Amino acid sequence: MSSVQFDPLVVAVIIGMSAATYVTKAGGLWLLGHINVSDRTEAGLEVLPGAIIISILGPELTSAGPAEWSAAAVVLLVMWRTENVLVALVCGVAAVLLFRTIS
Amino acid sequence: MSTGSADSAHQSEEPEGPTVEFSLSGVRDGYIECVPIALGVAGYGIVFGVLSRQAGLSVAEAAFMSATVLAGAAQLIAIKLWETPIPILTVIGTTFIVNLRYVLMGAALRPWFSQLSPLKAYGSVFFTADENWALTMGKLKSGSHQGAYLLGSGLAIWSFWIVATVLGAIAGGVIGEPAQYGLDFVLTAVFLAIAVGLWEGKSSFLPWITAFSIAVLGAHFLPGRWYILFGGVAGSLVEVIRFDE
Repeated sequence: MSSVQFDPLVVAVIIGMSAATYVTKAGGLWLLGHINVSDRTEAGLEVLPGAIIISILGPELTSAGPAEWSAAAVVLLVMWRTENVLVALVCGVAAVLLFRTIS
Repeated sequence: MSTGSADSAHQSEEPEGPTVEFSLSGVRDGYIECVPIALGVAGYGIVFGVLSRQAGLSVAEAAFMSATVLAGAAQLIAIKLWETPIPILTVIGTTFIVNLRYVLMGAALRPWFSQLSPLKAYGSVFFTADENWALTMGKLKSGSHQGAYLLGSGLAIWSFWIVATVLGAIAGGVIGEPAQYGLDFVLTAVFLAIAVGLWEGKSSFLPWITAFSIAVLGAHFLPGRWYILFGGVAGSLVEVIRFDE
């Protein structure tokens, strides 16, 4: 596959994604003149990204094994201590390679 | 990008008070002051580029997605969902749901942006990302009149995000078998890191454990990737139901 190719279907999906994203970005600016978002709805919307990330991780982690679980713990620990994503990623990948070798 | 939770500053009253201007110096100040943050965002961009290549996108397609979508978490989730054939509805629907928080962020800009021309206001919001939105809100609330600050800081994020995507995608194309380097674990690690950033203490526990349980159940009983939306929406609903402060 050439690195500069554009597949028409892929481009169409990306345009769909960008339209969906722009609707949310412009929507708040437009909407608040017309509708009042309750604090309750607001709280629910704020929780969404975290809940979706956890929903991705759930089945992923439960179907994994001890090597991945240990590496996941390393990522959480390093991220919590350093708040640096790249450092956490590098440690996590190194950990998963190590744990897979010894297990 | 799109990792920090938006501590949404909800303006219930709509003061016509704060006056804003839209100037080139506002764009420039926003850009320059956002460069350190954009460098951090670039770290995610490199990871996104590598993973998008592994998912089968070309360098050009990855760059095109970063240039037009400009939403980090949503793009990473899309890459996670990406397979052949592309599950079009799931990818676009999940993108929309993940980005719903931008509605709140856009709403918070209203007291200032309602004074700008529609072209300036609706053009600027394209460049909203969590990081530069927070920077802009801090600026405006402290009395700045620079309505172009969101655009300038957003352009910093946007340009760094695209360049980092291209660099990552080129690197990702060179790498061979992903599992050999532990690359199959990178996306999981990215989501774990994002989760740490979104964790808000004890209050996150109930919605997250709900999302987790429903997602694990859903992965068992539902086809495709529906468990992601079901889990996410269930977690959000729990928050809506228990909310009563």
